[in-house]
Amino acid sequence: MKHQISVTVNGTAHEAEVESRLLLVHFIREELRLTGTHIGCDTSHCGVCTVLLDGQPVKSCTVLAAQVDGCKVSTVEGLESGGKLHPIQEAFTEKHALQCGYCTPGMLMTCSALLEQNRNPSEQEIRQAISGNLCRCTGYLNIVKAVQHAAQKIGGAP
Amino acid sequence: MIPAPFDYHRPGTLDEAIGLLSRHGGDARVLSGGMSLLPALKLRLGSCGHLVDIGRIPGLEYVKEDGGMLRIGAGTRQCVLAQSEVINSRYGVLADAVPLIADPLVRNRGTFGGNVANGDPANDGPAIVIALGAELVARGPQGERTIAANRFYKDLFVTALAPDEILTEIRIPQPPPRSGSAYRKLKRKTGDYAAAAAAVQLTLDARGAVQRACIALTNAGPTPVEAVQGSRFLEGKTPDEKSIAEAARLAAAAAAPSADRRGSVEYKREMARVLTARALKAALERAGRS
Repeated sequence: MKHQISVTVNGTAHEAEVESRLLLVHFIREELRLTGTHIGCDTSHCGVCTVLLDGQPVKSCTVLAAQVDGCKVSTVEGLESGGKLHPIQEAFTEKHALQCGYCTPGMLMTCSALLEQNRNPSEQEIRQAISGNLCRCTGYLNIVKAVQHAAQKIGGAP
Repeated sequence: MIPAPFDYHRPGTLDEAIGLLSRHGGDARVLSGGMSLLPALKLRLGSCGHLVDIGRIPGLEYVKEDGGMLRIGAGTRQCVLAQSEVINSRYGVLADAVPLIADPLVRNRGTFGGNVANGDPANDGPAIVIALGAELVARGPQGERTIAANRFYKDLFVTALAPDEILTEIRIPQPPPRSGSAYRKLKRKTGDYAAAAAAVQLTLDARGAVQRACIALTNAGPTPVEAVQGSRFLEGKTPDEKSIAEAARLAAAAAAPSADRRGSVEYKREMARVLTARALKAALERAGRS
């Protein structure tokens, strides 16, 4: 069964015909060719496929493309604007918050959503927010520092 | 991983959804948040010809107290429950449990109704609704009926719901004064199922003796385990260290877990005992304050 869907990805409206079983992550990577969103465990544990669905971080390996008809999706490609990196992206580079980089797109999406909701998260709040995103290099310390640094850049921190 | 083919349907109303379920019978599954169902389909642990998505049907997402009940719409996402003032102030067992369900990203999609209706004893919802003495509201072609939570779970992934019925609401009786509830869960890491977990609610009388107690265990058998003996043991007694220990021992004796990567049968039963005792103490403390 095919479905006609309308979905706005990183501000651009897309119309597409998708099969019932097509996963959102495959739609993003293979139909839209936005390969910044990674596939990791493919069983909703690791979080590397995290995208924002109507502003909330979700695991796109466990959402059907047909389910997001009429929704807004944001991927890592949409974080920068006008050629300028998002503060969370700058902070990740400045605080060395990535090693192999595999978890990074998902981490960035989760952390950017956290900063939208909470301009000055505590270490505990950051750790809770990223508890569904695994970094197998175990670089959590610098990821937490980067989020705190980004919060300062955005101007929420005292 | 790609699931086996199915036809996806997104009905706009409950009646339309029930119509689709009636038409496709056992070949259709209800899709709510999809956080258990979609991984199962991807892993090909199950398959179905039709998925009926109730996730966008209006009117299924709410938390409200009225008529002596806490009513939770089955489509209420777990992240919404976690922010509910009513739940955080008066339903300790839910306030304890929700932040321990899976991880924050899963809770952004996963619904409480899905957690309850999926029929997986490893989910946290089933033991909680039993401990709270909840009624589960099901809608089908013949209309609505309510099922007591402790009669809802028949076997592993088998519930009292007919193939053409949808869980629409969880109704929890408002606890009387001097009540407290708590959830204690042991898991290896965020996102894992419980090695063991205990949900309890108790109500004290004016003298401080237990009027009613209910203990239920997560992931301790093919269905959530209502630990009737442990609960009955406490009733009429003024709880102290010794009676709590005995109630926890009786509750753990009712557990029938299976061995897996989370531990042996003996270990899990012992953890069920420890967690039941901790949950009882926390609930008692809350009952004293309410």
